[in-house]
This record gives sequence, structure tokens and C-alpha cells, in this order.
Amino acid sequence: MTKTTIWASALAVLAFASTPAAFAAGATLNGSGSTLSKPYQETAIEEFKKANKGVTLNYGGGGSGKGRQDLADMVVDFAGSDSPYKEADLAKIKGGDVLYFPILLGPITVSYNVDGVSKLQLSAETIAKIFQRDIKKWNDKAIAADNPGAKLPDLDIVVAHRADGSGTTQNFTEYLNGAAKGVWKLKSGSTVEWPADTQAGQGNGGVAQIVKSTKGAIGYVDLSDAKASGLKYAAVKNQAGKFVEPTTSAASAAGDGIEVKSNLLFSALNAKGDKAYPITCQTWVIVYAKQTDKAKGEALKAYLKFLVKDGQKLLGEIDYAPLPASLQDKAVKQLEKIQVP
Amino acid sequence: MHDLRGHRAYADGAFRWAAAGAAALVLLILGLIFITITSRSLPVFHQMGLSFFTTSRWSPADALFGALAFIWGTAFTALIALAIAVPISLGMALFMTQVAPPVIKKPLVYLTDLLAGVPSVVFGLWGVLVLSQHFGLGRSFLTAGIILAIMIVPIITSLSREVIETTPPGDKEGALALGATRWEMIGAAVLPHSAGGLVGAVMLGLGRAMGETIAAALVIGSALGQLTLSPLAPGNSMPAVIANEWGEADALHKSALIALAVTLFVITIIVNLAATAIVQRSMRKGQGS
Repeated sequence: MTKTTIWASALAVLAFASTPAAFAAGATLNGSGSTLSKPYQETAIEEFKKANKGVTLNYGGGGSGKGRQDLADMVVDFAGSDSPYKEADLAKIKGGDVLYFPILLGPITVSYNVDGVSKLQLSAETIAKIFQRDIKKWNDKAIAADNPGAKLPDLDIVVAHRADGSGTTQNFTEYLNGAAKGVWKLKSGSTVEWPADTQAGQGNGGVAQIVKSTKGAIGYVDLSDAKASGLKYAAVKNQAGKFVEPTTSAASAAGDGIEVKSNLLFSALNAKGDKAYPITCQTWVIVYAKQTDKAKGEALKAYLKFLVKDGQKLLGEIDYAPLPASLQDKAVKQLEKIQVP
Repeated sequence: MHDLRGHRAYADGAFRWAAAGAAALVLLILGLIFITITSRSLPVFHQMGLSFFTTSRWSPADALFGALAFIWGTAFTALIALAIAVPISLGMALFMTQVAPPVIKKPLVYLTDLLAGVPSVVFGLWGVLVLSQHFGLGRSFLTAGIILAIMIVPIITSLSREVIETTPPGDKEGALALGATRWEMIGAAVLPHSAGGLVGAVMLGLGRAMGETIAAALVIGSALGQLTLSPLAPGNSMPAVIANEWGEADALHKSALIALAVTLFVITIIVNLAATAIVQRSMRKGQGS
């Protein structure tokens, strides 16, 4: 019995030695955070593993806030987050300086369920008034003004939003805070003070489910979940005054119009450009600049490179938009800042 | 002989210490939990003072945290749950012990115990899909109350059944011998004997209903500031808020959520102490008569 075990382990060692992977066998990388980017992480991990058999990768999701907290506490090797650390939280990061690597752009749709209305156009002010319940009927003047010639029914609007704290809510409310300044009163945050006569669902899927099953409903849902549930979504008026539908190419166009800081932080919300979809958000992978384990550090660098460059072509299939080429190059260049012992 | 006894005494001592250690460990863990969560909730009390308990505006963006509506929501859903679950549970327990033949009793006992083992998220999802959508109840205090009722029926039933079964056969037979019907016998012999235990069973059900998290979070509606008596309104409860908002909360918001946990912890302790007191009082009364 013992002999066979020894033989088995010997064979296992041989098997590892003969794999072409450049990394020491057994490098395990754990990540958690943004659920928005979870489909991309999962697809990318699957592809990355094909070429790098020695690396084990896990991405746990759980929300951007959880990812940032986990990285700060050093329980994960990388975090996915739709927004950067806040000033107040910086002091709690245990492992030193962090680096931000943008990995994707994602459109947040304003999905709706109104029979007979297959095309809907909305400006930021109208969206703000709908979601804070200033407008309660689909045939309201403000909606009609955004949709000249459209036949809008005399139907009650049902607003659907997230029950759980969420990066999607954060980005959606930040967009309204900026683009509907003076109109939007609920401020921005991962949860805001929604009026009581609204409905709440768990996750993007939960909101999509309410919209799908409720006549007159409207809610904010990321593109991939909206498509998966077969929802209709509105074209939203951008900074240039054009109504643009949420598509991956319109989200990429938003990426072209953004100003990127030297630490690769930016906001894709309300971006410039005729073709830019204005409610476009982004996800970063956050890692420590100073890595403490050689095998892990090397594997992490390789995975990051895959996420920001080679893996970008996978994004279209899962309804997310790739980064503009210039930003991909900046991200690849930033990999040099990761110190591996 | 002497050796043997010495050995036995040693084992006795070791056992006493091990048992005492285990008991002390429970207290220690409880104490540590209480100290940790209380200390981490201090920032929000520093900011809000007692208005944490007396106001119901909950706005992380404004750093305003008033928990009154959530405390109300917890109490309201738990009361709805009790109103539904208590008659059903008592009826089931009495049926199993006084009415049903053993052929029916055994599978019934087995099934109620099985119901107690169903994970709460399953009830929650069933509530979302069937109660709120198929039956059109929406997400509301009532939907949450019904789900909680289903979840606490097994506990209350099985505790009540055990309490009722302790009724001395002599009492029951005496009542019957005096010409009482089965219904009168239950009223005269069974219920007075088990009243304390039944209250205890109900209180334990109440404790579980108040603390239930996932099922409530899924069906309660997550509406803020709902200080209403309308069971059909969407609302929120303390554990549901904690479960929903923890992941994305920042420093002060987290502290406010921990303060909710402390509040729930204290209320649960009060409920349990009250339950014990009621049970003990009724037992003393029972011995007196």
C-alpha cells in the first residue's frame, strides 16, 4: 500500500515536471469581489488554465466591497472592484501600496416592461425623475418629450432596484448624480434611500426578474443579465445629446472618451463622444505592488497580463466591452510596477 | 480496593473539570462575541446617539442611521409569524398526542422534524417564486411573516408535543372518568399542565423568527422607513438589512450594521430570559395546585 503511494507521488512529480508551464506547480491565486466582472473572470480563468496548467485560480465574487476588504485583510491575492478604495479605507490596507488594473467596461441598461413600446429613449433627467418617483405614469410629459411620436400607455411605473448593496447601484446613482445634477436627490452609494413604493430584488438577476414579471416596471440591470432575461432596454441620451443604445461597442466608445489618471483610475460614466453609452461602468483588478511569494507573484503577473490584453477578445461574447487599445497598453506597462521577490 | 476508588475519584475530578470547562467556554464565547460586536458598533452610537433607536431614516450617503423601522419590521414579521404558527403548531401537537392513532402519528412526527431541517434559503426562494409571484403577495411584511411561520411551525410543534406528552396519564384518565369529553379533558388536564412549556416553545419560535436572515432578506421587500401597520407593505428587518448591505458597506455603515446585530442580540436575550421566567413561574404554580 505504502509502496504504491510512493510510486504514485513519484509519477505525479514527473507529470508536473513535464508540463510546459513556466510556473512552479501549486501556485494558487485566490480572488474575490465584483460580481459584475465575475463572468469575465470565470471565462478568463478557464482559458488561462489551458496554457498554464500549474496554476490554480479561484474567483469568489461576493461584491466589490467584499473584494476590497478581503484584499485589505490579505485573505485574497487579488480583488475585483467596480470602484477604487475610499480615502478613509486606505489606512486599513495591510499589505502596502496597491495597483489598479482596469479589465473591462460594462454597460448598465435601463430595462423596462411596457407592452407596445419597443423603442424607448430617456434622458438622464427623466431617468432621475422616474427612479425617485417624481414621475409615476408611463405617459408622463417628460417621457413623451424624450420620445416624440411614440405611443405611451396610461400605465403605472413600477421602479425596481437592488435590495443588496451593490457596485451597480453605486455606478448608476453616481451617473444620475453627475448627469442629472439638480434633479437627482437620492445621492449616490452602494445603497441609497429609495422611496418606499419601489420594489427590490437580489442581485442583477433579481432586478431583471422583477422587470420581466411586472407590467410597467423599469430597473437598472447590467447588459449581460438584461440580455439573458430577454428584457427591452432604453437608449439613453449622452453628453453629446445623442440617444445611444447599450451595446458593447457603445461601451467601448465610452472608453475612448475617458480621461485616465496615471494610476489607471478613471470613470467611464457620462463619457464624451457621439457614440458613447453614458451609463458605462468599469471593473479593476486590485493587487499589491509588493508581492511576497515568487511563484504566486509570477503567476499573478501572467494572469493580469492575460486579463488586460490577450483575454480581452473574450469579452464580446459575454456582453461586456473590451478596453480601448491605448488603455490595454498602459495596463500592460503598469505590470512592471509589480515587485516579485 | 483503595487503589480503585482513588482512581475513580481522579476520573470524577477530571470529568468535573472538563464539563465545567466546556460550560465556561460557552459563556466565554458569548461574552467575547458581545464585547467584540459592541465595541465595533460604538462609532455609529458616537455619531447617532440614542436616535439610532428612535429615528427611522437610514441613509448611508448622508451618514444617517436610524434603526427604528427595522426594529419594528423585525417585531412585526415575528408577530405575524406567531399569529399564524401558534394555532397550527398547537393543533398539530394536540392531534399527534391526543387524537391520532400511532399509524398516523409516527409519519407525522417524522415529517414535521424533516420540515425543521429544510435550509432557510429554500423557504426564501420558494417564497419569492410562489408566494410573491404566483400568488401575487409581492414582497411584504406578510410574505415574510408567512415564510417565517412555516419555518417555526416544526420547532413549536415538536417542543409542544414533548411538553404535552409529559401530562400524567392519571390526570387525563381522571378527567375522562368524570365524564369529560376529549375536548374538555384537553382543556382541564393537558393544557393547564403544559402551559409553561408551551409558552417556552412559542418563545423559542419567536426567537428563531426574529433572527431569521436569508429567507426574510429575500421576501421582505427591502423598503426603508416603513413604520406601518399594513402587512401588505414592503418593509425590512434587522437581519435582512445586515445580510443585504454588509458586502458593500464602508466603515461607518458597517458599524451601523453591527449595531443592528447588537440590538438583535440584546432583544433575543431578553426574549429568552422572559421565556425562562414565564416557564419557571408557571411550573411553580403547577406544583402549588
